[in-house]
Amino acid sequence: MRNELERDVERVELTLAVNGESTQVLVPVHKTLLEVLREDMGLTGTKHGCELGECGTCTVLVDGRPELSCLVLPIQIEGRAVTTIEGMADGARLHPLQQTFAELGAAQCGYCTPGILLAARSLLEINADPSRDEIREALAGNLCRCTGYVKILQAVELAAERMHG
Amino acid sequence: MADQFSVIGKPLPKVDAGAKVTGQAVYADDVVLPRTLHCKILRSPHPHARILSIDTSAARRIPGVRAVITGADLPIKFGILPVTQDERALEHEKVRYVGDPIAAVAATDEEIAAAACDAIAVEYEVLEPVMSIEEALDPAKDERIQEYGGPNNIHKLVALEFGDVDGGFARADHIREDVFFFQGNTHLPMEQHSAIATFVDGKVTLWSSTQVVHYVHRALSKVLELPMHRIRVIGAAHGGGFGGKTDPFAHEIIVCKLAMFTGRPVKCTLTREEVFYAHRGRHPVLMWVRTGATRDGRITAMHFRSALDGGAYGSYGVASTFYTGALQPVTYDLPAYRFEGCRVFTNKPPCGPKRGHGTPQPRFALELHLDKLAHDLGLDPVELKRRNFVEPMTRTVNWLRVTSCGLEECTARVLEASGYKNRRREKGRGMGFAISTYLSGAGTAIYWNDMPHSEVQIKVDRGGVTAYCGAMDIGQGSDSVLAAIVAEELGLQPSDIRLVTADTDTTPIDLGSYSSRVTFMAGNAALEAARKMRAMLVEAVEASGRMFRDVTFEEASVLAEARFGTLVSAGSYTPPKIAGPYKGSGVGPSPAYSYSACIVDLDADARTGQVHINKVWIAHDVGRALNPLLVEGQVEGSVYMGLGEALMEEQEFRKGLHKWPSMLEYKSPTFLDMPEMETFIVETVDPEGPYGAKEAGQGPLLPVIPAVNAAVFDALGVWIDETPVTPEKIVEAIRRKEKGEAARYGPAAFPAIPYPPAIKVEPPPKDLSVTPSAI
Repeated sequence: MRNELERDVERVELTLAVNGESTQVLVPVHKTLLEVLREDMGLTGTKHGCELGECGTCTVLVDGRPELSCLVLPIQIEGRAVTTIEGMADGARLHPLQQTFAELGAAQCGYCTPGILLAARSLLEINADPSRDEIREALAGNLCRCTGYVKILQAVELAAERMHG
Repeated sequence: MADQFSVIGKPLPKVDAGAKVTGQAVYADDVVLPRTLHCKILRSPHPHARILSIDTSAARRIPGVRAVITGADLPIKFGILPVTQDERALEHEKVRYVGDPIAAVAATDEEIAAAACDAIAVEYEVLEPVMSIEEALDPAKDERIQEYGGPNNIHKLVALEFGDVDGGFARADHIREDVFFFQGNTHLPMEQHSAIATFVDGKVTLWSSTQVVHYVHRALSKVLELPMHRIRVIGAAHGGGFGGKTDPFAHEIIVCKLAMFTGRPVKCTLTREEVFYAHRGRHPVLMWVRTGATRDGRITAMHFRSALDGGAYGSYGVASTFYTGALQPVTYDLPAYRFEGCRVFTNKPPCGPKRGHGTPQPRFALELHLDKLAHDLGLDPVELKRRNFVEPMTRTVNWLRVTSCGLEECTARVLEASGYKNRRREKGRGMGFAISTYLSGAGTAIYWNDMPHSEVQIKVDRGGVTAYCGAMDIGQGSDSVLAAIVAEELGLQPSDIRLVTADTDTTPIDLGSYSSRVTFMAGNAALEAARKMRAMLVEAVEASGRMFRDVTFEEASVLAEARFGTLVSAGSYTPPKIAGPYKGSGVGPSPAYSYSACIVDLDADARTGQVHINKVWIAHDVGRALNPLLVEGQVEGSVYMGLGEALMEEQEFRKGLHKWPSMLEYKSPTFLDMPEMETFIVETVDPEGPYGAKEAGQGPLLPVIPAVNAAVFDALGVWIDETPVTPEKIVEAIRRKEKGEAARYGPAAFPAIPYPPAIKVEPPPKDLSVTPSAI
């Protein structure tokens, strides 16, 4: 009887730059970045809500821009800088967005939080002082079922104020 | 007022906020154990069919497959309610909805497990599906969906009558009847359900995304035929429930059984499509309501009928049915009230509790019906409702005990802030007003017993405090509430308190996060345990000749440990026995009710039917806000979910298949859809709540939905008597109005249902200080 390891699965060896660390992985070529981050690299801070590119939960940054990791193959982004929620804080010091999300109660169940934090960080790097409508637009691809979005908007505004104020 | 406290009433961050903003909270699917096998479940493609045979031999031959199980391995039935033990983890005789589980595979990876499911051959005899309330009321074409219940595919019939209903209608100056339909919708938690189990030393351990570790524990014990002490259920960090994770689920039982067969950890995470079919969400409910009133708007009698589309299994359905009739008298003082309820089985995913459990549907009908009654009488709807508000410290006609009640203050706050009374009257712009109530925990347990509903233990050693409680934090902040209460009593900060929660091995019981019960019940248990601990600390410090406030907590704990030995204390909470003297009275009683009032301001386009919400004002009587930040979060989240249900969320089925089983097709509000909202916290300091607190997580959803429909009427002069309010329905209602037909969109009639003769119940004395003779 064939062993499961003999399955005809094409594997690729890749060097991924995640959170400033270079890591080599050997993974099936069809595995998504979401799966590789969570299953092969132990970075379970990236969550999943649909695995179809519909909910924004699995958002990570690739070269600073938000991407849905469930729709990205690692082979597409080899050599580019990937940031996950584990790479958002500066050591033990929280990013201002993480700080304001905690202070204002913008994370309830917290499941959508990593994706929203990364999308918001990308926004603030492009637009240091966004209007409320600009924040809404930038985060519109991320669903949250707990907060009604109110405290998330407030937390992004407060972080923006602290970062450039 | 809040100055009397050092922690209570302060807008403090949640105790687990750090873990959540850094991605370090461990949700069930994040639990990684060596040698884990992955589980996939084969589910029925038919809404209604007999299973003739299941052949798993080809699946078992696939390399990497470690176990395949079918219903023969898990034959014992379970269900959340003792009266409806009608589910199997795997069905081997008959399937009743698309998605009903039939077989499960554990394999070395998910793809192999999925391929093995595809290799399982099942032979079916397809039966005629029953897909609507009307079809379920008719005789079954092939055979009934369930063997119990009836006649036809009726699951449950109830009929209760309180006071002199016929006399009340005879006394009325005006009587009005309306029919409404509330569409079914689902919780849509961001986290897909996930469970992982191990079997070591003859003991099963399960980590799951559940709202109620205790009920999962009970179901596992029954189906696996293991004593409860050989099963441990741990609530992992929770990615959203809203009622959707309160039933014990097939996949939770399956991973345990597969772990027992293989001796390896087994994990199952549902796909998003499976989450839609797992469901247990809002029942579609058809409602008929008839009310009599005097010329000045005083209600003399009400008669309410409901018909719930229950889906294929019982779930919480018997309770849901009673809930469609229970809380009407908790906001409006009804002198006489008749309720007739019916739940039917259909070949769809079973419905159960979603935020507000069985009460948003009748609240929707009731609020709009009273608006219409007010228009008939030439009264302002707000005034008619106000004239009938319940008073604090009273009993309702159906024996429910109202203690604190901030209905009038909530109403005053939203009226004033919104400028409702002086709003500009212009076509296409409108405001709607509605109120509601909700329980602070169900007064009776799911299964009948006299034990406490919540227990807390506190341990103090070497200056550290640990609180143990079975309560499950589902994101609402129950851990933070426990920490705040213990910290307040011991003179510490919440961040000083270590918490062990939602683990059936290490924590005493709490019945879980449903029915808005945790702050009230676990909070009271924590308060008792903390006060006992404080008393020991104070006694030991004072025995040393000093005062508690003059020593550090570390010093106090050393003195107390030296004096008493191991420092432990415990507290528990049992709700008062206040259920009325009639069958069915167990659904509705609560130690306290929250109250809310809401005004929605919107623009509605008569040509396109498009609705744009401008602003929502909401006031919520929470008794006391133990942490205003968390209360606001619950209120805002409720408003959001209410707007979703009012405007877009719905699920429908075509030939047994869910029409929109994805997050793209099932519409829910995004950042762009949410209006500004203004939240008012009203504090009435409940006599029995911890520091006076009541619930916040569910009540504020309820008034939002009817307030939207009332505002659409205010804007365009048409009634949309069902949810959701879509542009198509508005345009159609306007077309009907222009043709001279009734200016409404909604169900035409209520079906004939064979309700039994109503059980007649004598109302209790209204005054709470008078003890009723019947109990």
